Amino acid sequence: MTIDQIIFLVVAVATLIAAFRVVTTGNLIHAAFWLIAALFGVAAIFAILHASFLAVVQVVVYIGAISILFIFAVMLTRKDMRDQGPQLNRNWGFGAFLAALALVGLVFLVHGWSGVTKTAPAFPSEFDAVSALGNALVSPDAYVLPFEVASVLLVAALVGAVYVAYNRK
Amino acid sequence: MDFLKDPLKVAADWLLGIFAGWGMPELWANVLIGFLGIFILVALLMVLDIFLVWIERKVVSRFQSRIGPNRVGPFGLIQPFADIIKLLIKEDTTPEGADRVLYNLAPILSMMSVLILWAVVPLAPSILGVDLNIGVLYIIAAGAIGTLSIIMAGWSSNNKYSLIGAFREAAVMLSFEIPMLTVMLIPTIFTGSMGIGAITQAQDTWFVFLAPLAAVIFLIAAIAELGRSPFDMGEAESELISGYNIEYSGMKFGMFYAGELLHAFTFGGFWAILFFGGYRFFGLEQVSAFLAIAILFFKAFIGYWIIMWIKYTLLRIRIDHMLAFNWKFLTPVAFVLLMATAFMNALLADASNWLYIGGMFLSNVLVAWISLEVARSASRRERERVEGGKAVEAHQ
Amino acid sequence: MVPLSWYLIFSAILFSIGLFGVLSRRNLVAILLGIELMLNSVNVNLAAFWRYGTVTNITGQVFAIIVFAVAAAEVSVGLALVISVYRKRNTVIADEIDMLKF
Repeated sequence: MTIDQIIFLVVAVATLIAAFRVVTTGNLIHAAFWLIAALFGVAAIFAILHASFLAVVQVVVYIGAISILFIFAVMLTRKDMRDQGPQLNRNWGFGAFLAALALVGLVFLVHGWSGVTKTAPAFPSEFDAVSALGNALVSPDAYVLPFEVASVLLVAALVGAVYVAYNRK
Repeated sequence: MDFLKDPLKVAADWLLGIFAGWGMPELWANVLIGFLGIFILVALLMVLDIFLVWIERKVVSRFQSRIGPNRVGPFGLIQPFADIIKLLIKEDTTPEGADRVLYNLAPILSMMSVLILWAVVPLAPSILGVDLNIGVLYIIAAGAIGTLSIIMAGWSSNNKYSLIGAFREAAVMLSFEIPMLTVMLIPTIFTGSMGIGAITQAQDTWFVFLAPLAAVIFLIAAIAELGRSPFDMGEAESELISGYNIEYSGMKFGMFYAGELLHAFTFGGFWAILFFGGYRFFGLEQVSAFLAIAILFFKAFIGYWIIMWIKYTLLRIRIDHMLAFNWKFLTPVAFVLLMATAFMNALLADASNWLYIGGMFLSNVLVAWISLEVARSASRRERERVEGGKAVEAHQ
Repeated sequence: MVPLSWYLIFSAILFSIGLFGVLSRRNLVAILLGIELMLNSVNVNLAAFWRYGTVTNITGQVFAIIVFAVAAAEVSVGLALVISVYRKRNTVIADEIDMLKF
C-alpha cells in the first residue's frame, strides 16, 4: 500500500464516519457539526484529487456559508425542544433497505464497468487548472450559458428565500 | 552569500545532509523537514504574539494618555509573560450544561484559523509556505473556519449572552466577507493570478496607487472580520459582557485573545502584501531574505498600528447599522469598483504604464466620489424621514 | 496510486448514507442535511472523473461548480421554507406537516 492510498483511506473513513453520525445523531446541532466534519473530509478528497479550487470553494461555500445557515436554522426552530424524541420516522427500516439497495446497485454497476481499474494520468506540470476553469466558465465555446443560468438561479433563490421567510407583521 | 539570499534552502539542504547521514530515505527526510519548518514558523509566531500583547497594551495606553505596563522588566516587556503565568494558573472552568467537546474545540479552531493563514504569506522572495494559485480564496476559507469557531464557542457555552454574541459576530463576518473577497479580486485583476506570491511579485507599482479605494474597503472589511472596534458588536462589553468568550477562563480565553491579536497583525500583513508591495521596497528585498522579512514586518506593523488607531478612536456601531452599512453601501461599492477596474483594465490594456496608473487611480477616485455623494443624499433623506425635516435645517 | 474505483465506492457509500438520512429523518432540517451529503457525493464523482479522464478537459470541475451553486440555492430556499412553516405551524417534523395547503 502506498502513502497515497493510506492518506485516501484515512480521509475517506473519517468522512464516512462523520456522514454516518450526521444521519444518526439525535442532537441536531451535533448533526450540523458532524456535517461540517464530513464536508471538510470531502474538501480533503478534492485536494487529494488536485482539484485545489474545488477544495477551497468547498470550505468557503459549504463550511463558511451553508453550515452556518444550517446552524442558524436549527437554533431558530428549536422552540419546542423536541430533539429528545425519536429522530427517525416509522419507516426508517424501509429507508435503510432502500439506501442499502442503492449502495448495492451502485457498487454492482461500478464493479461491472471496465474503466474502473484505471489509474490517474500524470498531472501535467504546466497545466493551470484554475485559469483553465476560469476560461471555461466565461468562454462562449464552453460553459458561459450554464454559468449565467446558475447565477440567475442564485438571484432567484435569494429573492425567493427572502420572500418566503419574511415575517409580515 | 547564499545563506543571506535563500536561508531556507541552505538550511533544508544542510538538514537533508544530516538526515541522509542517519540513513533516512529522502521522502521521509523531506516530510520531516517540512514539519520542522511548520513547527519553527508557528513557534516564532507564538513568540511574536506574546510581544503583540505588550505592543497592544502600550499603544492603547498612549491613546488614552496612560503609560501602560511598566513594572515588570524594562518598559514592562516581561509583563506578557507574567500575564501568561496568571492565565495558566487560573481555574479552568466549564459551565454546567456546556457541550464539552465543542467547548474545548472552539479556542483551538480560533487559533488555527489564524495560524493557517501564514501558510500563504510570502515572507521573502524565496520564503513562501505554499504558492497556492488560489491564495486569495484561501484567506477567505481560513476566515470561514474562524466564523465556525465563534459559533461553536457561542453555542457550546450554554449562555444566552454568548449565543447572542456569536450570532452577531457570525452575521457580521459572513456579510463582510463579500466586499472583502470582491476587493481582493482587484489585485488579482492587476496580476492575472490569485496567488499571493505572484501578487507581491507583480507590484512594481504598489497597488494602493492603482486602487486606493480598494485598499480602504479591504481595511474596513478586515476590521469587521476581526471583530474589532468599531465592529466589535459580537463582544460588546457593556451589553453582552464580552459575548461569545464570556464563559472561557484561563488559557482558553488566552487562546481567543492571542488569536485575535495575531489575526489583527496578520491582516495588517495582508493589507501590506495586497496593496503595499509586501516585502518589496526599492529592490532592497533582493539583498537578503532577512531584510525582506524585516520590510514585510515593518509594513505589517504599520497596518496593525492603523487597525489599533481605528479601534481606540471610534465608538461601537449598532448591529443593524453595521449590517446596513455593509449590504447597502460597502458591497455595492465593491461590486461597482470591481466592474470599473475590469473595464479600465480592458480599456487600458495597451496603454503606457503611467497612463494605466493614472486611469486606474482616477476611476477609483470617481467611484469613491459618486458613492459618497449617493450615500450622503440617501442619509439626508433618511434623516428627514426620521426627524421630520426640522433637524436637517438645524444641521445646515 | 489510488484506483478510480475507490473514489466511486466512497461516493456511493456517501450517497447511500445521505439517502438514508433523507428517507428516515423526521426533522426537516435533518432531511436537508442528508441532501447536502448526496450533492457532495456527486461532486466527488465529478472531480474524480475529471482527474482520471483527460485532465486538460475541465468539464468535471465546471459541473462541480454548478452543483455548488445549486446546493447553495437549494439550502437557502429550503431553510427559508422550514422557518416559514415553523412560524405557521410551530413544528419542523415532516410527518406533522400534512395539511396539503399553506
